[in-house]
Amino acid sequence: MVDVATDLPAATTGAWLHGVVRDADPATLATLATIAGIDGGPVRAVSAAGLVAVVSTAPLDEYGEEPLRRNLEDLVWLERVARAHHAVVEALARRGPVVPARLATVHTDDGRVAGTLAARRAELVAALDRLTGRGEWGVKGFLVPGAATVTAGTAAAGGVGTAYLRRRRAQLTAREERQQLASAAADAVHSALCELAVVGRRHAPQDRRLSGVPAPMVLNGAYLVDVAALPRFKELVGSLGRRHPGLELELTGPWPAYSFVADRPEPALTVGRPG
Amino acid sequence: MTAAQPPVVQNSGQVLPAGHEPANLGDILERVLDRGIVIAGDIRVSLLDIELLTLKLRLVIASVDTARQIGIDWWEHDPWLSSRARPPVEPGPRDPEEVDAQRRPRLEARARRRDAELEEWDG
Repeated sequence: MVDVATDLPAATTGAWLHGVVRDADPATLATLATIAGIDGGPVRAVSAAGLVAVVSTAPLDEYGEEPLRRNLEDLVWLERVARAHHAVVEALARRGPVVPARLATVHTDDGRVAGTLAARRAELVAALDRLTGRGEWGVKGFLVPGAATVTAGTAAAGGVGTAYLRRRRAQLTAREERQQLASAAADAVHSALCELAVVGRRHAPQDRRLSGVPAPMVLNGAYLVDVAALPRFKELVGSLGRRHPGLELELTGPWPAYSFVADRPEPALTVGRPG
Repeated sequence: MTAAQPPVVQNSGQVLPAGHEPANLGDILERVLDRGIVIAGDIRVSLLDIELLTLKLRLVIASVDTARQIGIDWWEHDPWLSSRARPPVEPGPRDPEEVDAQRRPRLEARARRRDAELEEWDG
């Protein structure tokens, strides 16, 4: 067996990182085995530097660099993995603060994961402290179709064509006004929510195909809310909705704090850049 | 951070029970792909290389069964989508009406590519 030592086979599995939590007693860590990872098998804990990385074993023939590149373009695969990854992060969030890892963070072995925990310890501990006792809530605002009533075209003098043009101009003006009003309302809603939240962030509105809602989205906010302030936050969303009838507000959560794990938001869509 | 299912509250103040419906796939993808902490793993995949908007579009077009399961079916009534066109690749907020206006002239060209793309989407 020593003879083949110089010709070790390349690693066949890696460690897919779901998120980082605070270190806990062994009994608590053992309960992680009840959480299913990306391939349905239980997730594992990698402890180092007073932190625990929760990982799934990831066969590299599926989660290695080349297969990943291909698989991420496969919607069925992407949905399965995204849901599985999110389910792990959510299960962790129900137990306490968690720093979620962006999708497709894969190390070649547990030792490398431990190295990352040690190297990024200060930042991870600060994030966990910031998230303790708080949850992320999403508030989306959709433009209510035809909310602003267009004044009915007056039966003025002039032919059919003139009436049409006048009506058309009124419609266009009304649409512009509606959008300006909706945009101002979205700003006002975001500001009001930020006052009650620990911190709030506006993300790019989702494309209509992604949101699944035909109405245009004008607000896609995320808010980190203290558990104690949650009833007031929900109340505020309700009252803001009534105050701005041109917007339909939708509240979702609690989410794991995906939007608030970095002091400074990372540039979107970038993964795996050497640190 | 205790409830299992995200409830949905609308501006009427009414809380709609989330039931056992899975969270909106779009919301999940947005979070796991664009947010969360960035840690340099050993396997380096830049999501920049991947046409995310294409993915998002395919979410409702190519993966029709999946979309139906999560309750998205309105594209069937959307003439633009039923032409299987691609969305403009523009980050950030945009004026929806303006975007619509820009799409229309491109429709024809896209329609010509449709047959070729069909194979690609279905493959």
